[in-house]
Amino acid sequence: MSKSGVSDFDSVQLLDVSRHFGRRRALAHVSLTARAGDILGLLGPNGAGKSTLIGVLATLVAPTSGEVRYGGQTAHALGSGLRRRIGLLAHELHLYPELSARQNLDFFARLYGVETGASVDAALDRAGLGDRGHEEVLGFSRGMRQRLALERALLHRPRLVLFDEPFTGLDDHAVGIVAGRLRELAASGAIVIIATHDLDLADGLVTRVALVRDGRLLLDEPAQAGLRARYRSVIAQAGHA
Amino acid sequence: MFVSTALLVLKKDFAIEVRSREILYTTLLFALSCVLIFSIAFVKEGEPLLDAAAGILWIAVEFAGTLALGKTFERERYGETLRALLLAPAPRAAIYAGKMLGVVVLLAIAEVLLVPLVALLFHAPLFAQPLLLVALLAAGTLGFSIVGTLFAAMLVRARSRDVMLPILLYPMTVPVMIAGVRGTSALLQSPADTATAVMWIGLLTSLDVVFMTIALWTFEPLMTE
Amino acid sequence: MRRLFMPLLVVATAMFAYAPYMIDGAAYESSMGLVQKIFYFHAPSGMMMLLSAIVCGVASALYLWRRKPAMDHLALASAELTVLYGLIVIATGPLWARKAWGIWWDWDARLTMSFVGWLIAISYLFVRKYAGPGSDKLGAALAVFGMANVPFIYLSVNLWRTLHPKTSVVPSLPPLIRGPFWFSALALFLMYLLLLTARLHLERQRAALDALYLAEED
Repeated sequence: MSKSGVSDFDSVQLLDVSRHFGRRRALAHVSLTARAGDILGLLGPNGAGKSTLIGVLATLVAPTSGEVRYGGQTAHALGSGLRRRIGLLAHELHLYPELSARQNLDFFARLYGVETGASVDAALDRAGLGDRGHEEVLGFSRGMRQRLALERALLHRPRLVLFDEPFTGLDDHAVGIVAGRLRELAASGAIVIIATHDLDLADGLVTRVALVRDGRLLLDEPAQAGLRARYRSVIAQAGHA
Repeated sequence: MFVSTALLVLKKDFAIEVRSREILYTTLLFALSCVLIFSIAFVKEGEPLLDAAAGILWIAVEFAGTLALGKTFERERYGETLRALLLAPAPRAAIYAGKMLGVVVLLAIAEVLLVPLVALLFHAPLFAQPLLLVALLAAGTLGFSIVGTLFAAMLVRARSRDVMLPILLYPMTVPVMIAGVRGTSALLQSPADTATAVMWIGLLTSLDVVFMTIALWTFEPLMTE
Repeated sequence: MRRLFMPLLVVATAMFAYAPYMIDGAAYESSMGLVQKIFYFHAPSGMMMLLSAIVCGVASALYLWRRKPAMDHLALASAELTVLYGLIVIATGPLWARKAWGIWWDWDARLTMSFVGWLIAISYLFVRKYAGPGSDKLGAALAVFGMANVPFIYLSVNLWRTLHPKTSVVPSLPPLIRGPFWFSALALFLMYLLLLTARLHLERQRAALDALYLAEED
């Protein structure tokens, strides 16, 4: 059955997903679809529910109600093989600081059943750490770690790529590299979803915009020029309502 | 898949520990401090109290184990690597098994130091029945680690986890402690009461089986937020 | 149960009011003297403690695998009752021990068991109060492990030492003691049911209030 086999999909769909923690609703009736080739920007202020949404998509957080469908099937039906198709880069970097860059990549490659030779070399190169693979992550700058974490998350070539604030602590040059990498992924058929509160970086990168505030989806539309103005007007409208 | 993932996680923890040695050193030092404190309580006029050695050994193991558990999962909390492990396509119970084995290995190393030390300092003939002692320590350490790893993993996301771990763990490991202490002191008698020790080993083994089964079952539902 | 609540409350109150007369009229046990009267609420409270602990464990297991909030409420209410009845048991036990064995506390099998069980129930409540988000599942795992632990604690402390009167005491009670004993046991059981119902009601109201808050936001 699909439980053990490779479970691929070309869209991910949230159907009326809510998640509450006691009285606090982190997500309220969110319905959203992202398709292969999309770079979906989840925008909104801090505490809007973006991280919970990413957690739900990554199967780490169970929705209180509603369901998530990966190409028409639920996570439950797809089993743990589904996680082979998901890559997550959260704000915390998912790296072991005591291990070297190569050791980190090797470990996660094995965990995902990816061969460790060439793909790890390639990942190190892309992270710009080709000659520093043996060094401990502890000694890296925030930017270097971020690039390594990005390649770590993409090591198994996931179909669904989830990023939670991927640009924190990066300089302009590094942001450019990461943005380029995201475009490349989307062009090769990945579903890319980025949660960020940084509108300037999202502008021009994302192809679709989903605006969340207080756990609610305020807007879901193709991206257009002037993201900041659009954001302001929607937030203002919602504020008056 | 299950075994290879568990071993992979174990090897990873081992690689980290080889680099930093932090948990090993703190655990050993803590165990030594425990032994020192107990010597104050249980040595009277230069002579250790009868049976004290068994209790001291096991309490030192339990205390040091709690410390090691806390540190091990603190490491997975930093950088949220526990979430990264849970995201892997492997069965989640295998992740648990790998972490659990890591704790067992660490405690085994601590015991290699503790046993001769306690034997020496408290004039206890701990090596009279080496095989039975090893079996007792193995079964007891496993039982402690099975419960401890599950609780420590659950507490990663909880508030006030530092105090919570011992509060949850000590009442839960009462049978492990009773069996360990009673079994060891049976071995310390002269001549050694092997029948009693074997009985306690049997109890510990069945406890290990039951607890391991429940832990493997509950880990998956417990780890989904 | 809600329709029965008031009638049962009246019955239980009447039984509690009458119980002292009944216990006073029961056979006077010469070796223990007045302290023997503790038996009428000590032993039944122990039974109720065990009952609520089992309910807590089973409800927690069901909650963990089925995710039914009602099971969570039942587990929480039962844990509180375990602590309450455990308190009665642990407060009255030493009085008995002092008279029977000349000591306030002894690390006898059943005493140790009750103490450990009580401690686990308290740590359950502690988790529910202080562990923050996800504490419901943490508590459930604690209760499941606690329940699985009971036979092992029982075995280990029994093999360790036993001083306490055996369970076989209860079926072999003399008739003049048996009547008041089961009367007290029934009264305490009614109290258990009433408290559990009230506590469950409170927990349901709380959940309903949470749901209202959430609905209001929608």
